[in-house]
Amino acid sequence: MSTDILDQVTQGDYKYGFTTDIETDIIPIGLSEEVVRLISAKKNEPEWMLEFRLKAYRHWLTMEMPTWAHLTVPNIDYQSIAYYAAPRKNAPKSLDEVDPELLKTFEKLGIPLQERMALSGIAVDAVMDSVSVKTTFKESLSELGIIFCSFSEAVEHHPDLVQKYMSSVVPYTDNFFATLNCAVFSDGSFVYIPKGVRCPMELSTYFRINAMNTGQFERTLIVADEDSYVSYLEGCTAPMRDENQLHAAIVEIVAMKNAEVKYSTVQNWYPGDKEGKGGIYNFVTKRGICKGDNSKISWTQVETGSAITWKYPSCILLGDNSSAEFYSVAVTNHHQQADTGTKMLHIGKNTSSHILSKGISAGKSQNSYRGLVKVNPAAENARNFSQCDSLLLGDKCGAHTFPYMEVNNDTAIVEHEATTSKINEDQIFYCNQRGISTEDAVGLIVNGYAKEVLNKLPMEFAVEAQKLLQITLEGSVG
Amino acid sequence: MLEIKNLHANINGKEIIKGLSLTVNAGEIHAIMGPNGAGKSTLSSVLTGNPAFTVTEGQVTFNGKNLLELTPEDRSREGIFLSFQYPVEIPGVSMVNFMRTAVNEHRKYKNLDPISATDFLRLMREKKELVEMDNKLANRSVNEGFSGGEKKRNEIFQMAMLNPLLSILDETDSGLDIDALRIVANGVNKLKSPDNASIVITHYQRLLDYIIPDFVHVLYDGRIVKSGGKELAYELEERGYDWIKKEVEEAAI
Repeated sequence: MSTDILDQVTQGDYKYGFTTDIETDIIPIGLSEEVVRLISAKKNEPEWMLEFRLKAYRHWLTMEMPTWAHLTVPNIDYQSIAYYAAPRKNAPKSLDEVDPELLKTFEKLGIPLQERMALSGIAVDAVMDSVSVKTTFKESLSELGIIFCSFSEAVEHHPDLVQKYMSSVVPYTDNFFATLNCAVFSDGSFVYIPKGVRCPMELSTYFRINAMNTGQFERTLIVADEDSYVSYLEGCTAPMRDENQLHAAIVEIVAMKNAEVKYSTVQNWYPGDKEGKGGIYNFVTKRGICKGDNSKISWTQVETGSAITWKYPSCILLGDNSSAEFYSVAVTNHHQQADTGTKMLHIGKNTSSHILSKGISAGKSQNSYRGLVKVNPAAENARNFSQCDSLLLGDKCGAHTFPYMEVNNDTAIVEHEATTSKINEDQIFYCNQRGISTEDAVGLIVNGYAKEVLNKLPMEFAVEAQKLLQITLEGSVG
Repeated sequence: MLEIKNLHANINGKEIIKGLSLTVNAGEIHAIMGPNGAGKSTLSSVLTGNPAFTVTEGQVTFNGKNLLELTPEDRSREGIFLSFQYPVEIPGVSMVNFMRTAVNEHRKYKNLDPISATDFLRLMREKKELVEMDNKLANRSVNEGFSGGEKKRNEIFQMAMLNPLLSILDETDSGLDIDALRIVANGVNKLKSPDNASIVITHYQRLLDYIIPDFVHVLYDGRIVKSGGKELAYELEERGYDWIKKEVEEAAI
């Protein structure tokens, strides 16, 4: 399979770096209570939502940016960012009403919004800048009682569900970036799977930052009720710009009794150029709770983009016999920095978690795994297995592993394995001798190294992810 | 097919090949023998373009082309194959994926379309039998967890898949038991044709009982110091290399 992919990939540059010339409704830069009110007003939000935003904003004013990560973060001026931008034509009722330029953008990204997505069995919610552009398949999903819509629509049409679950996993006081998101979040996706329903198709959201000097602050909330199942995918890209742009999202997942949620993401925000100019600052809070007994949440992430990534998709294992998985491939090249990993909090009895992290560093990049496995005193028979591998390409990059363990119950079994390796010249020469160029050889070796994680992705994403790994690392050896 | 003239090569500034000349024609099998450290494996590395080695002098032409100007991958695509003495493991990369990439790179070089999945699997099946590889081969990662014998058989399998003009077998017999040796040699013999040629590098005469060479060369101190027919191999087996060393030293005086 990889051969075809390698053949297709001939250019090493960020191919999603175009901008769309589209009329944008953008508010002036800067952050204040007034701006928070303005965003809420633009979205016609109910009073409770505005109150939530203001509460978060006021709390945010008391917080400071965390500095514990193994990252060098330039000073971010929160007053020089625009906190809301939207394609001018708002809330299209049907595809015909969507700006053709916008549709072209999503076509270019390989995300046809037409109903022919049915063939690939994916329902898509596309979010450009701050607004959800179009959600496909809403009707056929709603026949099963499944709600898949933009967050704004959920606020309007399903306020009870939003109020019940929003911020129930990531409180508004959680951390600097999450709190900022709570104050200014723009849009995002909302998923609700009712009791006993197995969602028949992959649900997918595609995020795109287009406008200049804007931040993207989306939030996603996925609720899987008892005995339900859903697989959810998220993709993201941004134009190439010299300035840095801020992305601070929140994802919350709630899995009730016997429910299973699979969440996969391919993060491909613009990483900046080869000299480290530009790129997205990606500060994201993702957390799920296995609330009911026998529930299961799995996070799979392929991180190739962003100038700076700060992200720890985590699980709270509250229900008895619940389980959680975290599979991650994080690639950094040139001047990219990533500090990513997970937290597994074992609270219920007989809970288990599995962590598999594959870091790949090239160029002058820094790549860190940071993970916490915590077993509470009452969490009888907790099991965790963590494996953290690092692969280095070249000698100017760094790979770091920061595993933390807090085990407060004697019956727990917590295992951690870590390896660091380099792509060696013998492997590359061996491939060369079989007629495979160095660039392709690196692609093969890296994809082989990351295979265990890539195999966890849904098919369409696996192919995309393999291509991305190859592109991201082009020019990194030699 | 291959013409090496006055080749000099070094690694980290240490000269290993010191004026080596050799001509190989289509249809011929050449054995290169010699004591440890004579430069046998260096010769195979230099011919295939291993970047660890530097050529300082001499010419190598392969089918009329200046071989030394070609990248390692282009040398492969031109038809030079090396059966490695120590094949490396590539974890996570399946043999089927690896070979398909290699075969298609070779085809692309010849302006051919990529091979279809069916044709490829048929080819794999056919060539696998040649070296009696088991059926699980396709899904195993390249050389990962292979025994010594399996690794060598896998080299000959890849050789069969790529159908080279010139195969260089670098100590293919090392670490093989007698059964594996026979299987490997059988594979090599079946691939022999009037259009291709082989260079068999070996320390012992044993392999040459199975792969009958047309010429035997003795490599000593970076040069070919003696050439002959297959009987030379028996003589070396019997008398060792010391008498050659003595001859060379006497000639030097």
